[in-house]
Amino acid sequence: MFSKRLIKLLGVLLAFALVAAACGDDDTGETTATTTTAGGGGDDTTTTVDDGDGGGVMVDDFKLGLVLVGPKNDRGYSQAHFEGAEYVIDQLGLTEDDLIVLEFANTTDTPGLSLPGTAQDMVDLGADLIIFNSDDMRDGAFEAAELIPEVPMIWASGDSAWAEGKDYQANLTNLKNTWGKMTFGKMIGGCAAGLTTQTGELAYLGPLTNDETRRLVNSAYLGARYCWENFRGEDPADLAFNVTYIGFWFNIPGVTLDPTQVVNDFIDGGADVTLSGIDNNVALIRSGQRAEAGENLWGVPYDFVGACDEAPDICLGVPYFNWGPAYLAAAQSVIDGNFTADWKWSEPDWSDINNPDTSVVGYARGPGLSAENAAFLDTFIAGLADGSIELFQGPLNWQDGTQWLGDGEVATDFQVWYSEQCVEGITGVCSVNVFG
Amino acid sequence: MSRVNSVLLPAAVVVASVVGLLLLAGTNPWDPLKIIVEGSIGWPPLEEGAARKVGDTFMVWVPIALASAGLIVTFNAGMWNIGIEGQIIMGAIASAWIAREISVSRPILVFLVILAGAVGGLLWGLLVGVLRTAGGVNEIFGGLGLDFVALSLTTYLIIGPWARSGVASTSGTDPFPEDSYLPALGAIKLSPLAVGIALLALVGVWLLFKGTLYGLKLKAVGRNRPSSFLLGIPTNRYLLGAFMICGALAGVAGTSQALGFHQRLIPAISGNYGFLAILVVLLARFRPFLVIPISFFFAMIAVGSSSLQLRLDVNPSLGGVLQGVLVLSAMFGLGWAGYRALKEMSASEAKAGSG
Repeated sequence: MFSKRLIKLLGVLLAFALVAAACGDDDTGETTATTTTAGGGGDDTTTTVDDGDGGGVMVDDFKLGLVLVGPKNDRGYSQAHFEGAEYVIDQLGLTEDDLIVLEFANTTDTPGLSLPGTAQDMVDLGADLIIFNSDDMRDGAFEAAELIPEVPMIWASGDSAWAEGKDYQANLTNLKNTWGKMTFGKMIGGCAAGLTTQTGELAYLGPLTNDETRRLVNSAYLGARYCWENFRGEDPADLAFNVTYIGFWFNIPGVTLDPTQVVNDFIDGGADVTLSGIDNNVALIRSGQRAEAGENLWGVPYDFVGACDEAPDICLGVPYFNWGPAYLAAAQSVIDGNFTADWKWSEPDWSDINNPDTSVVGYARGPGLSAENAAFLDTFIAGLADGSIELFQGPLNWQDGTQWLGDGEVATDFQVWYSEQCVEGITGVCSVNVFG
Repeated sequence: MSRVNSVLLPAAVVVASVVGLLLLAGTNPWDPLKIIVEGSIGWPPLEEGAARKVGDTFMVWVPIALASAGLIVTFNAGMWNIGIEGQIIMGAIASAWIAREISVSRPILVFLVILAGAVGGLLWGLLVGVLRTAGGVNEIFGGLGLDFVALSLTTYLIIGPWARSGVASTSGTDPFPEDSYLPALGAIKLSPLAVGIALLALVGVWLLFKGTLYGLKLKAVGRNRPSSFLLGIPTNRYLLGAFMICGALAGVAGTSQALGFHQRLIPAISGNYGFLAILVVLLARFRPFLVIPISFFFAMIAVGSSSLQLRLDVNPSLGGVLQGVLVLSAMFGLGWAGYRALKEMSASEAKAGSG
């Protein structure tokens, strides 16, 4: 009896599998059609770059490939890129099918991932421009650009296309770098922190240690120190600013420090404002939880314009990237056939740093910022805009006491970009030798 | 009927589970499977221009196959070598050390990095064995602990002594000198040497248990250690030998990861392929030659799953979920089939007895 039931069960299972497998033809057709169309797009791009004669891509055929280190909804760095890519699609009048996205492009989440392979897949799907959004993708972006030289690509945070830079890759003529001067955004966030702190102790949750992250920590500290001293009339020596780097752009259990625990340590150590430099919003969320329990805490998140929404009451504002305009310009250059592999480090649009169509860096104020401090912040931003406030100006020493900028000396872009150390006044290990 | 039980039942359970999962994920069941094939070896399979994909898939297959070969040895010795992840990592670290520090001609350097990988994994495997035999530490707990130690050591090296110039990041070291890479076919990463070693390892393990007294005694130790000991087999020595063989093979898997696929050291250098190999070996029922297609299938999922997101806009973790469901449902199907076979056997024995 049981054997007969078993055969019936087998029959039902197999029939279910076959029937189910036969479903969804519509989806299949759509996918196939997309693939076919996309292949043509990729070929068009090939022509553009190889010919160098001004040939481009029809707008309707344009497709954008986006490789994200994290999820597209991380309320942080990757989401900012994703929304920038969506801006491009909207502005060009394209549809969601014209945006090809890969999330979690890191070796921890996706061990078998090959970035050149991903790029080739995107080209097969018709991508005319591919964006690698993370510093962590350096080697993979180089390999991809070398493997597919006819397809324009952007490595968002690098300096490979900067002829005067330390990592210039002259042979990669299809790889562009795009970056905003977040130094200003961090200065503004630091200023808001310096204006608000009651304990005089600020903390910075750093990702990994490199030139970029030191540059941003320095910017935040200098902004905080300026406002602490000039608007509050306090002694800079009384302002504590501690940084702890977790080891990567986001938390990897067992590999990086746990950012939640680091924030707890900051708060337990007396810091009442935590600025975040990592890719997600852990710092603000944790501070918000403890604030709800009755502690006087504030936070300055990073990267994403909507980051304050996670804990609005304690949010002093967020310095954010607005990738849309820069990516749109790059996409338009591909369409027009004049894409150039250059290095762009763009300033905010000082006429309105929150203009979504023009400013690559912005600062979205949070409800946690008082009206009085908001007025000071306006003055500070105006000073940055007209150049009357120059924070990368000597005398400035490195953290180890050696001189970085002499009296009155203003740092060049090169000096700021390649920040070897944190500046004097910041505590915490900023050097590469994290083990002393 | 027994064939129906042993083949069709597991197959039906697997197919139904996978189809059900894909339907739950909101996608046509056929598309993801086709896309995984397309993303790993091309569609139609081995189409022109698929060389890179095939190369990547083989280079993912190599560590899974090598780890599986090693695990067949420890499983036959009655040991659950959960420490295989650490053995892969230590192999990678040892190979990386040679790649960074030694400068000799390329053939010698390649030989040395492979040898170092084997020695690194062997010593880490031996440590699990020593903890088991001399310290009475269960190999599961000892191995798991050593996995964490190996991972921490990797992280320390990457962010400390072997850090990139000017950077302290857990993202990985700088690429190693090219002379230390496993020889590959042109621009693609496929290393025939690595593939050959993996195949040799599987053949070797097959021969070990088919044609050697050592293998026979090892099996005896695995089946009944006290009896083996009473029959004069030095069981502890055999257990240590099993861990060393497994560790050495896992170490070479680490070499393949560090000097073949990634060409640098990263924290996730093992790719969790050690844990995956445990499932492969269980599915293959400890048969070395069955490991070849099963591990290749899992390699295809690992490489092809990122294509799922590109083409279907589904979460890339679906590939991992698919792996888990496949294994669980296959194990369930196999277990059920075994249960049915036993029941039928006892029923027919009872019938013969009464007749």
